[in-house]
Amino acid sequence: MITFDDVVKVYPGGSTAVDHLSIELPTGKMTVLVGPSGCGKTTSLRMINRMVTPTSGRVLIDGQDVASQDEALLRRGIGYVIQHAGLFPHRTVLDNVATVPMLLGRTRREARKAALELLERVGLSEDFAKRYPAQLSGGQQQRVGVARALAADPPVMLMDEPFSAVDPVVREQLHREFLRLQQDLGKTIAMVTHDIDEAIKLGDMVAVFRQGGHLAQFGTPQQLLEEPADEFVAEFVGRDRGLRSLSFDTAAKVPVRPVAEAADLVLDDAGRPEGWRTVGGTTAATGGVFTVSDTLRLVTDLAISSPAGIAVRVGPDGKADGIVRHHDLVDYLAARREDRAAESRA
Amino acid sequence: MNFSYLLDPEHWDPDATGGFPQLLLAHLGYSALALLIGLVIALPVGLYIGHTGRGSFIAINAGNAGRALPTLGLLMLMVTLLGLGLLPVLIALTVLVVPPILTTTYAGMRALDHGVVDAAKGMGMRPWQVLTRVEFPMALPVIMSGIRSALLQVVATATVAAAVGLGGLGRLLIDGLSVNDYSRVLAGAIVVAVLAVALDLLLALTQRWIVSPGLSGRAVARTRRATTT
Amino acid sequence: MIQYLTNNSATVLAALQQHIMLALLPVLIGFAAALPIGYLGVRFPWLYHPLINTCGVLYSIPSLALFLFLPVILGTKVLSPVNIVVALSIYTVALLARTVADGLRSVDTTVTQAATAMGYRRTRLLLDVELPVAMPVILAGLRVATVSNISLVSVGTLIGVGGLGQLFTRGFQLFYMEPILIGIILSVLLAGLADLIIVLIQRAVTPWARFQRGGAA
Repeated sequence: MITFDDVVKVYPGGSTAVDHLSIELPTGKMTVLVGPSGCGKTTSLRMINRMVTPTSGRVLIDGQDVASQDEALLRRGIGYVIQHAGLFPHRTVLDNVATVPMLLGRTRREARKAALELLERVGLSEDFAKRYPAQLSGGQQQRVGVARALAADPPVMLMDEPFSAVDPVVREQLHREFLRLQQDLGKTIAMVTHDIDEAIKLGDMVAVFRQGGHLAQFGTPQQLLEEPADEFVAEFVGRDRGLRSLSFDTAAKVPVRPVAEAADLVLDDAGRPEGWRTVGGTTAATGGVFTVSDTLRLVTDLAISSPAGIAVRVGPDGKADGIVRHHDLVDYLAARREDRAAESRA
Repeated sequence: MNFSYLLDPEHWDPDATGGFPQLLLAHLGYSALALLIGLVIALPVGLYIGHTGRGSFIAINAGNAGRALPTLGLLMLMVTLLGLGLLPVLIALTVLVVPPILTTTYAGMRALDHGVVDAAKGMGMRPWQVLTRVEFPMALPVIMSGIRSALLQVVATATVAAAVGLGGLGRLLIDGLSVNDYSRVLAGAIVVAVLAVALDLLLALTQRWIVSPGLSGRAVARTRRATTT
Repeated sequence: MIQYLTNNSATVLAALQQHIMLALLPVLIGFAAALPIGYLGVRFPWLYHPLINTCGVLYSIPSLALFLFLPVILGTKVLSPVNIVVALSIYTVALLARTVADGLRSVDTTVTQAATAMGYRRTRLLLDVELPVAMPVILAGLRVATVSNISLVSVGTLIGVGGLGQLFTRGFQLFYMEPILIGIILSVLLAGLADLIIVLIQRAVTPWARFQRGGAA
């Protein structure tokens, strides 16, 4: 657990970067610090590995004040990933990844062996080991950056805008891979981003900062979307937050009607949906179906986009086993909202 | 060695033949002339090569070749070939001026932000306008550095040229040495050194004046100061 | 020319040998001095501008003036080779101290920050990361210093010690072109050879630089 205990950072010019910050980043979870530029998120991150010294207050890792530890040794025990990866241009990919283990006194041979395994883990084949960073694409460099941060198997990782220098397609891919990696590893991660969508997608917990180093809200992504603490958070989280928050719930509780009620639905012999009958007598594509484990957002999308205003549910065998009309869905969402409000009052 | 020669007021008389003022004037004259001829040759060629990319091999290697060429040898070779006089020395000086200007002009043109040149074309500038209004002003800081090193080179070589009979401040050094008048030698060394340093400073100031503040970083520094205070 | 060479092989060889000594000794001295001086200019940022300005002034002093200036400061004889070695060492330092400082400053801050965050201490950061990454820039400066040293040595012949420069003065006095041409050719070849050797060293010690876009390889 990383603890910020009433931390303040005032820069020499007099500007306050971090204003009385007290939060706890849970062990084994990913906490994302998000906010507009100049909100103190990066400063906060860099106080964890003492790249920045707080003006007052303490930062603790598992109850131990970082200020009481040797800087270099502390940092060797914390993985660090930054925007442009910051790879050493004069060392091969393999030796880049082997850096921290070597600093910790392991032999070159051991370090390289471990590095090779890590490269594979982040999706880079052995062919890349002997290359230099300049021979890699941005996405590949970033993977090496992640591998390098993981090399000494640190319990804590800090990531400063690790995915913002790559194009959206690669970023998407890196997100997926990273989430999978984190599922296996369960590191305590603090990540900085200015992209709220990224924060909501990756974070177990999200801390929203506002200008002047104030913490605006700290909570799960769902809390942020459904109960923004104030106008600033609501604005920052975005206009379609209601729709996005539907991504956090499954369709399990959505009430369905019998399939027979959808007169225009065309089924094949096995009872699997084929499409929608149109006025002209042809069949239009189904546009997609959902199962009980899909998100509410998908159900909503289907109900709105299908020609009949109906979302079709299928069972594990692919047979249609229920339909949802869009006005039924609206009723359900309204009821769900009431329940939640009651819950939070209680 | 002492400063008596340097401090003797007679040597500072503007009318005295062999006095500092006349030697200085002659020295500056040769240097300026060679620099001018060199500029007339190197600048257009450098701009052409930089603008078109044709013949870049020459431009890249000219600087190295120029540096490797021993100045004294070149002077003496020219004089041996063409006889004593101003012309062979001027040729030698010009040969030394061209490479640094050529190379830096080319380098300055090549290092330009491609996007800016593209934008200029996109706005409908003709090639000549792109060259004179965008490429040249942007390459100017680098070109100026080449002109500065060419000037230093030419002032130093003009000093050495006294050994092959040219006038100028080098006379004090060469003549002083030949008659073991070390006071004169020291005076010459000091005046030449001061001249070179002063000229370099002067060009540095000129550069500040003619290079756009948007390129030299001064404007940026100014804003930064203004916003932090 | 061949004729002249065969008749005077001993003289030419001696001149060449002296030339190499007079040119390369200052390169070694200057390089060794420039590394710590350049580093100081980076370590203490307030030192940087005074440092490069001083270097600029020193570098702008014409060689013949500097050769003749040094006896006053060093107390050496006017015709001593020490003056030439010291003068060329000064030029080398003036050129390289700035290059070293600029090279170290050019190291991408994300790289040094990443290194710091991984737990590098200052000395090791300098030796393992900053210096190697700055090496292409530093070696490019070394090439310039070496080549210009080699061509400057011959000016020394005007004060009695000048390696291949002696061939120039001899030819000039006799109004005889051959020794001058031989001197120029040997001097340029020597400069080219020295340059090539540094390039090869550079390839060997910075194999990665070849892949850098716009890198000095």
